Amino acid sequence: MQAHDHAHGHHDAHGHGEHGDTHAHHPTGIMRWVTTTNHKDIGTLYLWFSFTMFIVGGILALLLRAELFQPGLQLWEPHFFNQLTTMHGLIMVFGAIMPAFVGFANWQVPLMIGAPDMAFARMNNWSFWLLPPAAILLVTSFFVPGGATAAGWTLYAPLSTQMGPGMDLAIFALHIMGASSIMGSINIATTILNMRAPGMTLMKMPLFVWTWLITAYLLIAVMPVLAGAITMVLTDRHFGTNFFNAAGGGDPVMFQHIFWFFGHPEVYIMILPAFGIVSQIVPAFARKPLFGYSSMVYATSSIAILSFIVWAHHMFTVGMSAAAQLFFMYATMLIAVPTGVKVFNWIATMWKGSLTFETPMLFAVGFIFVFSMGGFTGLVLAITPIDIQVQDTYYVVAHFHYVLVAGSLFAIFGGVYYWIPKWTGHMYNEQLGKWHFWLTMIFFNVTFFPMHFSGLAGMPRRIPDYALQFTDFNMISSVGAFGFGLSQLLFLYIVVNCIRGGAKAADKSWEGAEGLEWTVPSPAPYHTFETPPLVK
Amino acid sequence: MTGKSGSTFAAVAALAASAALPIAALAAEIPSQYNLQPPQTTIAEQIYDLHTLIMWIIVGIFVLVFGVMAIAIVKHRKSVGHQAEQFHENTTVEIIWTVVPFIILIGMAYPATKTVVAMKDTSNPDITIKATGYQWKWGYDYLQEGISFYSNLSTPRDQIDGHNNEARKNNAAYLLEVDNPVVVPVGKKVRIITTANDVIHAWWVPALGIKQDAIPGFVRDTWFTADRPGTYRGQCAELCGKDHGFMPIVVEVVEQEKYAQWVASAKQKMAAATVATTADPAKKWTVEELHGQGAKVFAANCQACHQATGMGVPGTFPALAGSKVVNGPEEEQIKIVLNGRPGTAMAPFKHLSDVEIASVVTYTRNNWTNKTGDTTTPDEVKALRK
Repeated sequence: MQAHDHAHGHHDAHGHGEHGDTHAHHPTGIMRWVTTTNHKDIGTLYLWFSFTMFIVGGILALLLRAELFQPGLQLWEPHFFNQLTTMHGLIMVFGAIMPAFVGFANWQVPLMIGAPDMAFARMNNWSFWLLPPAAILLVTSFFVPGGATAAGWTLYAPLSTQMGPGMDLAIFALHIMGASSIMGSINIATTILNMRAPGMTLMKMPLFVWTWLITAYLLIAVMPVLAGAITMVLTDRHFGTNFFNAAGGGDPVMFQHIFWFFGHPEVYIMILPAFGIVSQIVPAFARKPLFGYSSMVYATSSIAILSFIVWAHHMFTVGMSAAAQLFFMYATMLIAVPTGVKVFNWIATMWKGSLTFETPMLFAVGFIFVFSMGGFTGLVLAITPIDIQVQDTYYVVAHFHYVLVAGSLFAIFGGVYYWIPKWTGHMYNEQLGKWHFWLTMIFFNVTFFPMHFSGLAGMPRRIPDYALQFTDFNMISSVGAFGFGLSQLLFLYIVVNCIRGGAKAADKSWEGAEGLEWTVPSPAPYHTFETPPLVK
Repeated sequence: MTGKSGSTFAAVAALAASAALPIAALAAEIPSQYNLQPPQTTIAEQIYDLHTLIMWIIVGIFVLVFGVMAIAIVKHRKSVGHQAEQFHENTTVEIIWTVVPFIILIGMAYPATKTVVAMKDTSNPDITIKATGYQWKWGYDYLQEGISFYSNLSTPRDQIDGHNNEARKNNAAYLLEVDNPVVVPVGKKVRIITTANDVIHAWWVPALGIKQDAIPGFVRDTWFTADRPGTYRGQCAELCGKDHGFMPIVVEVVEQEKYAQWVASAKQKMAAATVATTADPAKKWTVEELHGQGAKVFAANCQACHQATGMGVPGTFPALAGSKVVNGPEEEQIKIVLNGRPGTAMAPFKHLSDVEIASVVTYTRNNWTNKTGDTTTPDEVKALRK
């Protein structure tokens, strides 16, 4: 902060307690955001970046749903349709969901463990500012010859080696985003392990912090694996290697093994922090401590460990031996046990509480309800013979949107409503928040529930046109999708409104909220916990 | 199980969905399906029953778990004056809800394991058919009978492009119909060997309960024994590029005698085609003959990318009309058709006969705006084969 102190020499750089430091020592205007090393600023940047990409990815989804509204090709030719599906997936996974959780970690982890900032403040700045160039590479790839990559977000070789230069841009974008994620997670793990307030032992950490610690390790473990896979695609494309080309001694299926060794832990990277957020919200609005704290920690760890030995359940149709299929089926089924434990614990937390249903709680309860449905279909898909029947159909599309939209996204919304009083100092408009929840919940189900039926009946995913018996379900999904998309503009309105004004938020914004973040003023001052609090 | 509880489940599901779907009336020409297709093989039936069994278990758990949650939501809310209790641990309960789900899972895994083992048993087939995935069609080789053919989508283009919506509405097999279906006898064990020419495809017929990826450079296998004669339709299930949605699979299951007739006629057709394409290599082909034959070869092999107009898809598939290659030296063009362009969607077409390649090259060089006047002969193609 020295440079900043020179620029604002009249400020007194010292002597601020943990309250009262409301004026910040930082450049103003755009340079504040470019040069910031403050965890709160960087958290804000991550969250806005994520929302922007959520809108971009959402528009792509609506373009898809518009084409699928009725049979026949009306709007897009098939190659462009494939670009849309691919980019929708990549942007939502790497641009919207993952950065949103990193944004939460930046804002909340230091506040929740009583640390003044993240461990590596400059690296924190760098991990964020890598993202916009990566996003620009991804989005502009639509405009290069041949358009964006159309190989699906899974980028299976050898289809991905056939693509035009859009594929190379996507590979570079993923490399950059991967580097950003690795730096971000090293930062988060280091912060959590080294900067907890005196007295906060590991088993006293809030569950959100626990889930992020585990997520950070998953990220460090698997992002390099993805980098390896896409680098091999890159060299197959341009430098004459044959990793995935059978004619040169390679194996296309090897790409899938490597990709899903990254891809399955990635799924939990996108859901564990959501579990953490829900585990903060439910006790607050039940006015009752979280049930089974230690079993929640063990369940989260088990899920993370199991995630490394289930990857080939994405590949039951590649023709593995019966023994391999059975191993991956059993391992996958096992995941239902710790996941079930978590759901049971949340419900036990609600049991005999004193429940109120403000917007964060609505999203948390909605999460438990709808995410569990995604969990149930996950169990159906774990059964190898059923999976072989519905693999690569809309059933799978329904399944992963139930866990990633109703799961991750609902938790993100819940988390924003829960902590936004702390971030802005204002309460959001509760009435509108409830509207946002109900519209999101209803349109989500209208969009994705029918996909279970079309998938069971045999509609493959990633097709621009379909047989006539799928017409009704697709029409309903398309109507739901537009409703869902438009409802998110309401969220933007609520957030902007809350930033600009609203009822003054108390330090402890929710009656039942527990944790260090509620001991600092609202809005949280630019610097907090310069003197560490004591946790008993 | 398939009979009773299966249909009850389907009925419940249908009821739940149709209650929520008033819009459905808009488009109901072909009725929607809510469940897996009616199974036509032992394996498909086992899959159907497994799915029904697990759905019922899930429904049970759902009612139990969310029943409890619903009670909490209704009774334990602050607005009805409920005071929060402060319990937060109970080891007995934690052990119960870890162990009970585990036992339920074992109950599910047992029947599933038996089916997995049965699905992988491809031994002692009566008939073996190799299915090869191409961008974007299927090729079939009956290994014992020596029958080979390609199977292309036969839905007319104008129904897909939206120029003929009426015809589409009445086409129950829209996008699920092919020119040459796979024909197999009922009650015989058919082994399907899959492979691919370019990228990964997947051979999937839901009613038969099989889906097997077709992987370039590798061979995989699966099997089915169809219980009843009928026409069963499926689609490619692995994203394979532009026309992934347009390479269906049709299997016609027929009685043994009909199958024997079909084999005989298919062999005759093959022989006739061989005469037409390879016999008399010394024959002098006229431009008109080659042009006519070339148009057919083009429609079956090239049109999906390069388009009937020869204009391709800008930025993705190059135009042939006005192309430097097509209007340049013949030899270069023949080489590209034979060997493809590595790293692009242009696949090798070595599997076509000399006459087919000669005719399609002649066709492209003298069609649209291309007026080279060249006639490519089968001998020229033969000379360039490596």
